[in-house]
Amino acid sequence: MNTRGLRSQLKDSVPVTGLCPQASAYGVPDTLRKGFSSVKNDLVPSHPLELSEKNFQLNQDKMNFSTLRNIQGLHAPLKLQMEYRAAKQIQRLPFLQSSNIALDTLRGSDDSIGFEDILNDPAQSEVMGEPHIMVEHKLGLL
Amino acid sequence: MATLSECQAQFGGFSFDYCKRNALLEAEITKLGCSVPAARKTGTTICGVVYKDGVILGADTRATEGMVVADKNCSKIHYISPNIYCCGAGTAADTEMTTQIISSNLELHSLSTGRLPRVATANRMLKQMLFRYQGYIGAALVLGGVDCLGPHLYSIYPHGSTDKLPYVTMGSGSLAAMAVFEDRYKPDMEEEDAKQLVRDAIAAGIFNDLGSGSNIDLCVITKGKVDYLRPFDEANKKGVRAGSYRYKHGTTGVLTKAVTHLHLELVEETIQTMDTS
Repeated sequence: MNTRGLRSQLKDSVPVTGLCPQASAYGVPDTLRKGFSSVKNDLVPSHPLELSEKNFQLNQDKMNFSTLRNIQGLHAPLKLQMEYRAAKQIQRLPFLQSSNIALDTLRGSDDSIGFEDILNDPAQSEVMGEPHIMVEHKLGLL
Repeated sequence: MATLSECQAQFGGFSFDYCKRNALLEAEITKLGCSVPAARKTGTTICGVVYKDGVILGADTRATEGMVVADKNCSKIHYISPNIYCCGAGTAADTEMTTQIISSNLELHSLSTGRLPRVATANRMLKQMLFRYQGYIGAALVLGGVDCLGPHLYSIYPHGSTDKLPYVTMGSGSLAAMAVFEDRYKPDMEEEDAKQLVRDAIAAGIFNDLGSGSNIDLCVITKGKVDYLRPFDEANKKGVRAGSYRYKHGTTGVLTKAVTHLHLELVEETIQTMDTS
């Protein structure tokens, strides 16, 4: 399933703008970690894997949907996409990380472990947004 | 507003934060005429062979770190599932974490299917994961096991390509070990002969490759039974000194001898039982 050339992955991958935004978690440029800000730094990935890793889940979903469409017709990916959308909306309060259990079950990734589960797990993050601001932002008040 | 950047969805996995900083530092340091520390060279001999009723995996036990032997007795045969084991060469941490993740995945898989996992499943999981990371995970593996379809042996390269062969070798000592296999391998060998063959293949790696050394570990996997022999053999035992080079008592003559007693006043003396629990 993942056994696909990087070039073909990059070809129909969704371009992510602001690959390495200079702003750190607190909105201040983090020069030590991310280097001096320049247009080139923002556009060029710092590691060959960065782009493919960033788009991995997106491409995976896209590929599964197109396979599904070829096998079962358009209705199947449409229905699944609707379910994905619904599952994505099940969240905790904006400043708490969702476990995404419904989405994981739909994707079939609930019974698998990867590096995304053990390294940099957002659920184990030490920093948390300010609750009031996050909620206001989510409701569009800010 | 500062906390708003936290609103963006976060994802786990590898972090590339320091790549830019490292590139920056490297450019600055080269300007000063210095060089950044390079990756340490590794070395290993691992191999596997299919015999009459199963698979035998073999590995040396030296962990090399450039010109330094980091560990003289490290374990390179990793557990995947009760019927599958995996030898790892390359970056030690990468082989360790890769095999641990695949082991966890296969455990979850066998819990959901209620069966022992198949070697082909483990092979496919490993190659898909390694291919995803494009060789940046430096794990060269020899995967062996016995499942419902009999014994299987795979070699997996860091970029995700795999071979399924009756005898495979990996690591810097792979050429020496393969030479022994090419010379003496026969289909459907007896267990004792196969063990001796794997032992000799690893020993060839130990004696002819500087990156490999110390002992020989074996893992014999048959249907329903795993025999993890660690160490199976110590290829080059350290010799014992024949003579004793200690000085005899009285070699140095005592010219004078004086004993000075300390005169202390005994004020108080109590005796307690010692707590020996």
